[in-house]
Amino acid sequence: MKKKVYSSLDEIVADVPDGARIMFGGFGGAGFPNNLIQALVRKGVKKITAISNNCGTRDGELGLMFKNNQIKHVIASFPGPHADHFQERFAAKEVTLELVPQGILCERMRAAAAGLQGFYTTVGVGTEVADSKEERTLDGKRCILEMPIHADYAFIKAQKSDELGNLTYRLAARNFNPIMAMAANTTIAEVEELVPVGSIDPENVMTPAIFVHRIVQAKGLHYAG
Amino acid sequence: MPADRAKENVVPDEPRLTREQIAQRAALELPDGAYVNLGWGIPNLIADYLPREITVYFHSENGILGMGRRAKPGEEDYDLVDAMKVPVTLIRGASFFHQADAHLMTRGGHLDVSVLGGFQVSEKGDLANWKIPGAKGSGGIGGAMDIAAGAKKLIVCMEHVTKDGVPKIVKKCAYPLTGLACVDTIVTDLAVIDVQPEGLVLREVAPGWTPEEVQKLTGAPLINKGRVPEISLR
Repeated sequence: MKKKVYSSLDEIVADVPDGARIMFGGFGGAGFPNNLIQALVRKGVKKITAISNNCGTRDGELGLMFKNNQIKHVIASFPGPHADHFQERFAAKEVTLELVPQGILCERMRAAAAGLQGFYTTVGVGTEVADSKEERTLDGKRCILEMPIHADYAFIKAQKSDELGNLTYRLAARNFNPIMAMAANTTIAEVEELVPVGSIDPENVMTPAIFVHRIVQAKGLHYAG
Repeated sequence: MPADRAKENVVPDEPRLTREQIAQRAALELPDGAYVNLGWGIPNLIADYLPREITVYFHSENGILGMGRRAKPGEEDYDLVDAMKVPVTLIRGASFFHQADAHLMTRGGHLDVSVLGGFQVSEKGDLANWKIPGAKGSGGIGGAMDIAAGAKKLIVCMEHVTKDGVPKIVKKCAYPLTGLACVDTIVTDLAVIDVQPEGLVLREVAPGWTPEEVQKLTGAPLINKGRVPEISLR
């Protein structure tokens, strides 16, 4: 059986190519795979499409990747008040942005995970996000068609993993991580604690190991607001 | 300008509600036991003004039900933050879940009340609250469109007019929309207004203000159903 546990952050991202589509977990400073992001910064990959709720906090989270011009397109719901490097690149037209309502961002990823070819929703009808989307009336309500978001990789942060990749999350650091873990072709988890198989009660597993392909232990990094 | 015309345009010098008082008035709309989401700005202040006799379960879009007060210095845990990144606490009976379920709750009509800030609200209850035309930067939607589309009851808290005195309650929103026909109640520094099929019904006015004076600062017709009482803050 292929071993999922890596000892090096650089090794775990070594095969990520230029142009990859990558989901990044995290919200409000919690649950960001900051060690994995910094490994991508060291590797210097380019032309990344990033799928993430926001676009960095100054140099933290995705900030350094925008500073180094590694990201060419973002799918996000709320770039954020301190996404300075993103805003500079965006103003200079060096990065493009698709803004997506936050819950629809989740559901489009979940559709990809679930093998669904899209869904209709009332969210965004009559707004900018409905531009160029198919509209139809269902059950008397105006709806737009939203398509799945697929990715090559999901970079996620969890609290604990066993050596198979069964994951638990801590408090509100769960946020987008379980959704992204299910939606990408290859899911790479940065975890605070690595424990032997059998030490997480099956009833408490939040992301089953089937969704997790690589694991690395690293002390979490937090960037203040 | 002729003297009589100038007089007609005089804005009353009665005080308006403060942001805190708008929040305090909106808090009175929350039923005991309700599951409630509070947006950025004035809505976020509502948690500080809950009537003592009621318990409300606050929802946060990052996956919390039963969010308590803000964390005190030394008590902060940066894995436990609200939607504004502020460290918070939990109340007894709280729970965590992922972001998709958090928005399943907003969009699927599971919360009892959602409260958002607003730039403009139309007479049909359309809401514009995420982008000011011409503003610098990318803007951001966050959870507002999911909340607007799915809220069982949506309250908007905002100032009645802009800093330049332009009405924020209008016939048709000029700013980029968040949602269509989604607002149920508007609480401002001058009035409480319900969006009804027949139009905007003036429920209460700020102390010292008349319905006519509030109407002058409103960009759409207000309907009075009998005497309009003054806002009372318990």
